[in-house]
Amino acid sequence: MYENPDGVMIGLEVHVQLNKLKTKVFCGCSTDYHNDPPNSHVCPVCLGLPGSLPVINRKAVEAAIKIGLALNCKVEEHTQFYRKNYYYPDLPKGFQITQYDFPISSGGYIMIEGEDGEHRVGITRAHMEEDPGRLVHEGTIDKSKYTLIDYNRSGMALIEIVSDPDMRSPKEARRYLDKLRNILEYLDIFDGDLEGALRVDANISIMGGQRAEIKNISSHKGAERALLFEIVRQKNVLRRGGVVVQETRHFDEAREITLSMRSKEEAHDYRYFPEPDLVPLKISGWAPAIKEMLPELPDARRMRFVEQYGIMDDHAKALTSERKVAIFYEEVAKIADPKISAVWICDVLKGELNYRDLTIEAFRKEDMLSVIELLMSKKITEDGAVDIIRTLLDKGGSPEEIVKEKGLLKVEGDIVSTAAEEAIKENPVAVSDFKAGKEKALNSLVGSVMKKTKGRADARAAREILLGKLG
Amino acid sequence: MASINELIERIHADSSEEIVTEYLEKIEKSKLNAFITVAKESALLRAKEIDSQGHDGPLAGIPIAIKDNISTKGIATTCASKILTGYIPPYDAHVIEKLKEAGAIIIGKANMDEFAMGSSTETSFYGPTLNPWDTTRVPGGSSGGSAAAVAGGEAPLSLGSDTGGSVRCPASFCGVVGLKPTYGVISRYGLISYANSLEQIGPFATSVRDVATLFDVISGHDPRDSTSVDRETNYSSALINDVKGLKIGVPEEYFAEGTDKNVEKSVRDAINTLEELGATSVEVKMPHTKYALSAYYVIAMSEASSNLARFDGMRYGLRTEDSDWHTTFSQVRAAGFGDEVKRRILLGTYALSAGYHDKYYLKALKIRTLIKQDFERAFRDADVLIAPTMPYPAFKLGEKIDDPISLYLADVDTVPINLAGVPSISLPCGFSGGLPIGMQVIGKHFDEAAILRTAFAFEENTDFHTRQPEGS
Ligand SMILES: [Zn+2]
Repeated sequence: MYENPDGVMIGLEVHVQLNKLKTKVFCGCSTDYHNDPPNSHVCPVCLGLPGSLPVINRKAVEAAIKIGLALNCKVEEHTQFYRKNYYYPDLPKGFQITQYDFPISSGGYIMIEGEDGEHRVGITRAHMEEDPGRLVHEGTIDKSKYTLIDYNRSGMALIEIVSDPDMRSPKEARRYLDKLRNILEYLDIFDGDLEGALRVDANISIMGGQRAEIKNISSHKGAERALLFEIVRQKNVLRRGGVVVQETRHFDEAREITLSMRSKEEAHDYRYFPEPDLVPLKISGWAPAIKEMLPELPDARRMRFVEQYGIMDDHAKALTSERKVAIFYEEVAKIADPKISAVWICDVLKGELNYRDLTIEAFRKEDMLSVIELLMSKKITEDGAVDIIRTLLDKGGSPEEIVKEKGLLKVEGDIVSTAAEEAIKENPVAVSDFKAGKEKALNSLVGSVMKKTKGRADARAAREILLGKLG
Repeated sequence: MASINELIERIHADSSEEIVTEYLEKIEKSKLNAFITVAKESALLRAKEIDSQGHDGPLAGIPIAIKDNISTKGIATTCASKILTGYIPPYDAHVIEKLKEAGAIIIGKANMDEFAMGSSTETSFYGPTLNPWDTTRVPGGSSGGSAAAVAGGEAPLSLGSDTGGSVRCPASFCGVVGLKPTYGVISRYGLISYANSLEQIGPFATSVRDVATLFDVISGHDPRDSTSVDRETNYSSALINDVKGLKIGVPEEYFAEGTDKNVEKSVRDAINTLEELGATSVEVKMPHTKYALSAYYVIAMSEASSNLARFDGMRYGLRTEDSDWHTTFSQVRAAGFGDEVKRRILLGTYALSAGYHDKYYLKALKIRTLIKQDFERAFRDADVLIAPTMPYPAFKLGEKIDDPISLYLADVDTVPINLAGVPSISLPCGFSGGLPIGMQVIGKHFDEAAILRTAFAFEENTDFHTRQPEGS
């Protein structure tokens, strides 16, 4: 049982951009703008030109339903769009089309790895809305003489996922975000690597006090840092006898601190009312059909991996925590031994990728199969296999070439045998120590054999041979 | 005044270019101020094209005036507001695409109340339009330019928009025919919104037949407007000179105190005429009519406050000296909007704000439901309803402009129709002191056929529509 000594309550609002849809949410503009000039993916609708009208993209509704189902939410049969009215230069209509009453889905949950094992985080609602444009500044925001506006992003479909305040530590918040991103990637509606794909606002309170809302968090790591800072800040306020006030705070990613916004923007009255240009959406019957087509989600896949491949649950969890890794694993395990594949992908490859800040795409599954094949046929040692993986990541090439170039082929038995005989001859002290019962003395003899074979000998084999000759 | 059929004959005999030139000359000499922009060059160019290449559309070579809140590619679209100074739309409204397909020629953009907010065309930044029957009087509004252009012979056809009577009021004041269709029958794509849950684009002409022809061209489903309905129709085929067995409902609430005696008499005479032709009439009760005006203004202003938020000078239109965005937005909007627009934005913002939303906006929506029910009940006993369009004939320029409440009250008979979303056509049914009087024939949802037939039969058996203002 986790004690939660500071009474931390964290709720997250996550904005997910449906950047794998072909078109924006209310117009036909392409979503593939990331490498194109500003304001090149715009039309009268997403520029909010006078007289233009929104039309809902059915694919975006389907994606929203998928998300609702994957988050165990109740998906409604009728849903309605609202206008959220406020002025901002990136908002071309002077209001954002979003949902208010009658969101498309609500009342769900996801399971995360909590402070004390499996922990359930409630999902208040997951609703649809449109993305505003993007403000661009020359240099930094406070030094820039002007602001440029890029409306390529304007009208991108967003899903806002609001959690219950169920997370009890910044670590749990981070794990929630990791899990959420993983689920979204399994649904294949979202590419988390694209700029602006996932944005987080966090609500946090301690000891039952008022909550602060932290805006402008753009990474999972950032969320954890912002929340850690915020807990310390709120504790300091309480320690000095103060009261935490309800307010909006801005996360300064560079300095890793949160700052009070103290602006007029706080007193917003958004004057929500139903969007007259979009009739209430009847989606009865959609959810069951979509549920049929829902892909296998991380938790289900983890259980299947344990069952189907007989691998450890820890390995299954690590393999399924990223959709691309899970796919990579299954392709390797189709051909190679599933357990050995799991060990080498989880324990070695993932670590090496992490160390280099690379994703699984940086490694070819054919190379993984070759490395495992070389190991299984005892042509290379485990150290040699690690060396090949590192070299492939750093310099490229093929495992066979690397084996040849680096001379990693495991040496033959008679060479080891010769080396063992030499080692015995050259280290009489160690030999007599061993014979006197000092087991450790054998290690220096093994070391000597390895030295003579330049590490290509298998240490276990060398030990056996030495024991045979000594005994 | 020439009908579509007469114009088509003349175009075949002479040319579209000649016709267009005649109308352009008429506009040039006119003092009515019915147009904000005259599209002289593009109109003549298109006329020549049609003359040389031929066109088999139903409106081939025929000029038309377009209310200046309908987006026209390449032609300035101002909403009669300073804030849209310099805005030239890069796209055509759905109705403009339809008109172009049909061969119609856009001759110019008609004057209107700023952002369609008004009933007299006096709130236009480009000055008021004058009534062709008496130039000391208003043409009605907000589509005053569109109605005056047709009545004054400056265009044979025009388009307006009707949010709370903005087609029917000027049709009535200018003695022409104007139709407000069922909500959803004409795509609003490209109509610059004032109150989007209430408004429809509507056709003007000098006869019911021409209104029906134009209506056939511009109506129909458009996937770019989610509120647009998909149903096959041919309105011209509804024009039958026969009202035998037609049941006319007469809502007494529409003849309430404040209705001019001559207006009441003309409308009741018109009902008698139809009865003589074989129709029957029955009194219907519409008890919530008295709340319609308040509900209408709350809903319209609330929607307007949001619809007009986009005019901030960032992307198009008026731009004042640059400062931080907060200041720039305020300056642009302060300089760009007229008083009536500002009044409605402020009132609408107030009605939607926290603490007042339920008291005003939600309550207005409830009244809207009750008014819809009034119509549903009335149409159990009647095929169409007939009532005055406006409680009085055209008033004097300047008479009401400084008294907004009195101006709002003029809409008392037109706004319930928009709240209910039903169709209504206004047509001339009499004269008072040389000024035309209009009556409206109101139908069930999507039953334009019944009101067109009623209006057509009345027109065929009377001659009010043939009278013309002097000098037109
Ligand atoms: Zn677009």
